Amino acid sequence: MIAITNLEKYKNCFIEAFALSEADVESLKYQGIQEWDSVGHMALMALLEDNFEIMLDTDDIIDFASFEKGVEILLKYEVVIR
Amino acid sequence: MGLDSIFRDIRRDTANKTALVSEGNEITFAELYKMADLIASFASQGDVVLLICANDVESIAAYVGFTRRGAVPILAGRSTNELFLDGLKEAYRPAFVFRKTDEKLDGALCELGPYSLLPTGFEIDYAVNPNLALLLSTSGSTGSPKLVRLSRGNLISNTESIIEYLGITPEDRAITTLPMSYTYGLSIINTHLYAGASIVVTDRTLMDREFWSTLKNSRATTFGGVPYTYEMLKKLRFGRMDLPSLRCVTQAGGRLSPELAAEFADICEGMGIGFIVMYGQTEATARMSWLAPEYARAKAGSVGVAIPGGSFFLHGVGGEEITEPRLVGELVYRGENVSMGYAENRFDLCLGDELGGVLETGDLAYFDEDGFYYIAGRKKRFLKMFGNRVNLDEIDAMLRREGCDCASSGADDNLIVYVAGGPPFDVPAFISGRTGLHPSCVKVVEVERIPRSESGKALFGELGEHGA
Repeated sequence: MIAITNLEKYKNCFIEAFALSEADVESLKYQGIQEWDSVGHMALMALLEDNFEIMLDTDDIIDFASFEKGVEILLKYEVVIR
Repeated sequence: MGLDSIFRDIRRDTANKTALVSEGNEITFAELYKMADLIASFASQGDVVLLICANDVESIAAYVGFTRRGAVPILAGRSTNELFLDGLKEAYRPAFVFRKTDEKLDGALCELGPYSLLPTGFEIDYAVNPNLALLLSTSGSTGSPKLVRLSRGNLISNTESIIEYLGITPEDRAITTLPMSYTYGLSIINTHLYAGASIVVTDRTLMDREFWSTLKNSRATTFGGVPYTYEMLKKLRFGRMDLPSLRCVTQAGGRLSPELAAEFADICEGMGIGFIVMYGQTEATARMSWLAPEYARAKAGSVGVAIPGGSFFLHGVGGEEITEPRLVGELVYRGENVSMGYAENRFDLCLGDELGGVLETGDLAYFDEDGFYYIAGRKKRFLKMFGNRVNLDEIDAMLRREGCDCASSGADDNLIVYVAGGPPFDVPAFISGRTGLHPSCVKVVEVERIPRSESGKALFGELGEHGA
């Protein structure tokens, strides 16, 4: 068994939260697609917290505005996405 | 204006007060009413107008204007599915549509910012009851274009009652958190304008940093939320936020679990703000009951007592009135805010009051020894999804028409669709496309077959074993 990378885990959170079929998630932004609305955002935050065993702060939840920004935020929790 | 409207001519002392705050700009009552009356000048009393609205100045101005004019708005949210809108237009043949347009359209009677007032050209082959003031949908956008018929008296009665029990004063300032086309969101707009208070108009969500900075900078004193809003507030650790202008928050649009209600009673007490749980339905204009903040903790899980001017009764299975505490029956409400009834199409718009001020809510409830009411269940098969009613039979019918053998069930905010032999297409995406529900809230469970009773009803008890 090959261990799944953090990047794959991170991508899967987006795919699952927004019920996407394709894996092209790197350009996603909050409210950039219909599925990433406030409900999708809640689902995404819950998946990230479960998968990376972290607890996101309020400021990080409301600053989490894109796939890219999220990579930066998770670093604060010692989660390196690669 | 010959007709009584909830938006009467403004009093001189209110004219120069702020009515709306939008992106830092303040709009006075005089400016709002001027804009409102200008748009509405194109319509006549009794004209049906489809307003495709969002939380913005233009939508509120159009709503206020047409209401003052005695025209009859049908409110639909901007994200409403086009199929549903077409269904509404076909069924009600509105004289006008007021909507946001990407470009200037030929034939627009009037433009207001990005919005246009468009004549539909429909032949008006129906009559409108002179008491009819407003038409609202009871659900997001599933199924039939059934609307609730609200009278001028309904709107005035409910608005005055809400202002009384919430103690809304001209110093209050609500910030929008719910769609304007949704009865609860609309009641916040109605009550604040009627009380000479103001509204911060924003389409931002709680998950947006801008929302919180807008709330702070514009010094909003209150907002409302459905159960899901409170899940989000919990996630955001609302109790730790510094929001000095906030005076109270309200909750309605579905049952908050007793645990979450107790948690927010404590959080709000800690923040020094009121937490007010309420209960209502579009069929009762908006509100039927409220739980005073001093009881929020002790009576967590309760929807409180009937609002001023209204009363509750419980009917047992035989129709007899239940007078003892803790016995469950159907909740019946009596009050001037009970709607005139439903409309299925334009030919129902001439109908008078069919309910006589009495509403059988379809909710099962009981009261405790102190007379506080608790919702215990529902008579009909529907879920509350983000505050909106979703009829499960309509979901099933919609999927069956597409050739999907299914039965839906689940809990509030969590729809489960059992599909026999596996889904023939992407069910969450399909439901999302038709209803606007978020696909992550739709769970599909594959089963071999749907066990059914002789009458064809799905037997969910047996499904539990087959399914998840």
